[in-house]
Amino acid sequence: MADQNPKDPKPKGVKPAMPPGVRPAGPKGVKPAMPPGVKPAGPKGVKPAMPPGVRPAGPKGVKPAMPPGVRPAGPGKKPAMPPGVRPAGPGKKPAMPPPGGGDGAPRGLTRQDFATDQDVRWCPGCGDYAILATVQRLMPELGVPRENVVFISGIGCSSRFPYYMNTYGMHSIHGRAPTIATGLKAGRPDLDVWIITGDGDGLSIGGNHLIHLMRRNVDVQLLLFNNQIYGLTKGQYSPTSEFGKVTKSSPYGSIDYPFNPISLVLGAEATFVARTMDRDPKHMKGILRQAHNHRGASFVEIYQNCNIFNDGAFFQFTEKDAKPDTTIFLEHGKPMTFSRGRKGIRLNGLQLEVIDLTDGAWSVDDCLVHDETSREQATILGRLFQQPGLPRPFGVFYRELRPTYDELLQGQIEDVTRRKGPGDLEALLRAAETWEIH
Amino acid sequence: MSDHPQAPEKHVEDLPEATILFAGDSGDGMQLTGSQFTLATAYAMNDLATLPDFPAEIRAPAGTTYGVSGFQLHFGSVHIRTPGDEVDLLVAMNPAALKVNLRRVRRGGAIIVNVDAFEEKNLKLAGYESNPLEDGSLKGYHVIPIELTKLTREALKDSGLNQKEIDRSKNMFALGLALWLYSRPIEPAIEWLSRKFAKKPDVREANLQVLKKGYHYGETTEQFAVRYQVPPAKLKPGTYRAIRGAEALALGLLAAGQKSGLPLFYGSYPITPASDLLHELSRLKNFGVMTFQAEDEIAAVGAAIGASFGGNLGITGTSGPGVALKTEAIGLALMLELPLVVVNMQRGGPSTGLPTKTEQSDLLQAMYGRNGDAPLPIVAASTPGDCFEAAYEACRIAATHMTPVILLADGYLANGAEPWLIPDLDRLIPFRPPFVARPNHESNGHEAFLPYARDPETLARPWAKPGTPNLEHRIGGLEKQHETGNVSYDPDNHQLMTRLRAEKVERVAREFPPTEINGDPEGDLLVIGWGSTRGSIEAAVESARKRGQKVSSLHVRYLNPLPPDLGEIFSRFERLLVPELNNGQFVRILRDRFLLPFVPLNKVQGLPFKTSEITAKIDEMLT
Ligand code: SF4
Repeated sequence: MADQNPKDPKPKGVKPAMPPGVRPAGPKGVKPAMPPGVKPAGPKGVKPAMPPGVRPAGPKGVKPAMPPGVRPAGPGKKPAMPPGVRPAGPGKKPAMPPPGGGDGAPRGLTRQDFATDQDVRWCPGCGDYAILATVQRLMPELGVPRENVVFISGIGCSSRFPYYMNTYGMHSIHGRAPTIATGLKAGRPDLDVWIITGDGDGLSIGGNHLIHLMRRNVDVQLLLFNNQIYGLTKGQYSPTSEFGKVTKSSPYGSIDYPFNPISLVLGAEATFVARTMDRDPKHMKGILRQAHNHRGASFVEIYQNCNIFNDGAFFQFTEKDAKPDTTIFLEHGKPMTFSRGRKGIRLNGLQLEVIDLTDGAWSVDDCLVHDETSREQATILGRLFQQPGLPRPFGVFYRELRPTYDELLQGQIEDVTRRKGPGDLEALLRAAETWEIH
Repeated sequence: MSDHPQAPEKHVEDLPEATILFAGDSGDGMQLTGSQFTLATAYAMNDLATLPDFPAEIRAPAGTTYGVSGFQLHFGSVHIRTPGDEVDLLVAMNPAALKVNLRRVRRGGAIIVNVDAFEEKNLKLAGYESNPLEDGSLKGYHVIPIELTKLTREALKDSGLNQKEIDRSKNMFALGLALWLYSRPIEPAIEWLSRKFAKKPDVREANLQVLKKGYHYGETTEQFAVRYQVPPAKLKPGTYRAIRGAEALALGLLAAGQKSGLPLFYGSYPITPASDLLHELSRLKNFGVMTFQAEDEIAAVGAAIGASFGGNLGITGTSGPGVALKTEAIGLALMLELPLVVVNMQRGGPSTGLPTKTEQSDLLQAMYGRNGDAPLPIVAASTPGDCFEAAYEACRIAATHMTPVILLADGYLANGAEPWLIPDLDRLIPFRPPFVARPNHESNGHEAFLPYARDPETLARPWAKPGTPNLEHRIGGLEKQHETGNVSYDPDNHQLMTRLRAEKVERVAREFPPTEINGDPEGDLLVIGWGSTRGSIEAAVESARKRGQKVSSLHVRYLNPLPPDLGEIFSRFERLLVPELNNGQFVRILRDRFLLPFVPLNKVQGLPFKTSEITAKIDEMLT
């Protein structure tokens, strides 16, 4: 609601039910764990660091198909790359920033360096503020020179975001940010490109672009602020609004069945799929950092409260009292437990089920161990969506290393150039049957 | 003939020009036959123009009229400007091809038919109630029935190929025969076949055999008393090649990239007749050309805009329906004031319209088809070879004036071919985009970057590439504050920016060369054209002038802004005629601008003008 603050905020009549007797959760346990032996990822655009929790590609046998003329990668070392693909090669590589302060910030940049002089014009209390603050705090730690960072957005409340980031940015048109980001990144692989979108922008009008961005694996971060409502247009149901939702455009209840964004992008061959929430900045920051360090298209769904048109849509997951029993925080290599260790998740056939870890019947050893690299498991976890009795997962669902679109595109150019030699226009003009007239 | 080893001497007749049309099923290889005949004609040093005409269906049912594919070629020792009004020789591979194309054949013209195909089933498929070869309906034409299928089968009976493969070679028989008939060299086709089937020696041998068989058939048969010869044309000296518009356009874009140092990014979604441009450019990887086959038309233009934001030259190509989808994004580029070239290979409309037919009906879409006051420069190509220069100009304007530019070509230009004097690259004027590396403003000792501070001459804004320190800035589709580029809802600012955007486009005209007049600088009638009608218009004007009429023509390349000298030129003529392949579009723009009584001449049949259609209108206006 950046353009005109809504004058008629209607508080939601229906509050999500809180499970009784739930005590507030401690802030602990949401730190994304770094599996042993994995080097912390380096800053994007600087070095192709292996993101935490990712086993090197190759030995798993999931070799990505290569276009013809593309050599397979060396044994097991790196994600398979086509020839000529520079691992952030010289020339286009952003200058490695000098070591910064204690937080690793380049040139001593701080959060303030990433803020602009523009007034932030979201409604007071909007979840977008927390996301902006988190991103601004994260940026100095990523080690990317400010001038190499670009934020691209579409239309909607969330899409005002680039105006508040003192980087390069574009506030484009409705739903099309992924297209612009694709062209930008394809031509400028050296840039660190972020897409800001919402549930209407990204899943409705721009749904087509979102899925194609994912399958192509363009090396960008896409943050989808999901508030399950159209905010900027003042409160119509969105493609993630729950079935039956009463809004201005659905006075008798919405008859649209909602998307499950995680399942959607997994189906679109996404290589990084995560979910976080506006009310947990620490978790959000960890997830965004991993998204940034992932080489490829990173999809991060952020549950974001629109306190004006859809207040409390996610309170059942985000509020202290309810959170422990309604959410589960995924950590690679760790057994899936929640409710402060009192409950776990077990795989029974193809179904997930909650097990009680307190009565001796089940132990942590019975819990499913999270494996971010398993597409099958991610698919099942993604279905933890509106399933009664089961918690909602947050964290990284899935991660896979696959050559990125921008690498492949530039790699193909380099490969063909190497094979054919740099193009000669003069010769090309004559590359046909020619004849002389005297 | 065996007792006549020496074939009877044929009478050779000189022709100044001729038009030939190959027509058959879309599976009969008529486009290949036509382009090989074109190549041989280029070797014979004739001027030429071609008109491929193929069905929208890829493989329409064999034998039907809607499956007919044709290739028309007009060539001569004189200046050839159009694919020919009337056909002198029709080669019809089946009844449907005859049915569809007979109306194009000149009275008294020749028709070679494959008699073997004129059997009951094919006649019925073509909608003939009786056999036109027998019922007298072809009276007045010189019909030459040839057993193409049978002769081909005979020639290849020992080839080892199967019946289907054998029958597929019969177009080579027709080609050989046509080459002989017009005294064209057979060597280019031999070379081409040898290359094309280098890996399939049996198919290569079969085709070569049939091609030669066709050539010699003309020599030996008594069906042809006369053989023709078309002497070389007087063309400007230099090195020539045959070129299609799609190829020339791709080369023009490439030249612009090289002369400006801008890497090209081409985003496109497959669409007839623009796909060939994507095919051409996607092969140019070793020139650094980036091509992106997008998920839809919108993504294609969006990616091009993103590429331009990154400092590349973003280009997108499509046809009318695709431009409709790109409209909002083009408006964004206009607001962002970033370079963008939108190529519209126009086709018959509205809606899906006539995908494989040519038309000029997207001019008003280019001119006005955006929300808000959104003017942008429009450039039109006028011949297949001219696509090169038009593309270069579109890129130059886009990158130096920081604006989207629409480049109008059409299906006829994209697929049509002509001999092309290979341009001298050194004569192309290089251009430099307004890149900035440093802040462009200082206040209170602080340096700042104003993304919308304009060049005083062109009003173009600076182009700051991401990655440049201290020029971080945000742009978007919301109205911008003058100079700072910040979002602004200020009423006066909106008016100012609207005016500046319009003025910026108007100033592009300052760089236009003087408009050339074809004919005398004054007279009774001026024919005003744009786009692919150039050949027909100039041929019509030439013919009118020969008949003593005081007629001239001019062709407008820059459709927006219009060249500044037009008004003065118009004042020197009594009457003004505007022929267009649409229902009257440019004529409206001209009337609106000049308030003069422009007379329209409109043809909306998916086909180019015949010269005679324009001369008839000229006659009508001058009597
Ligand atoms: S999302 Fe809701 S609360 Fe946030 S700015 Fe938009 S309308 Fe206001």
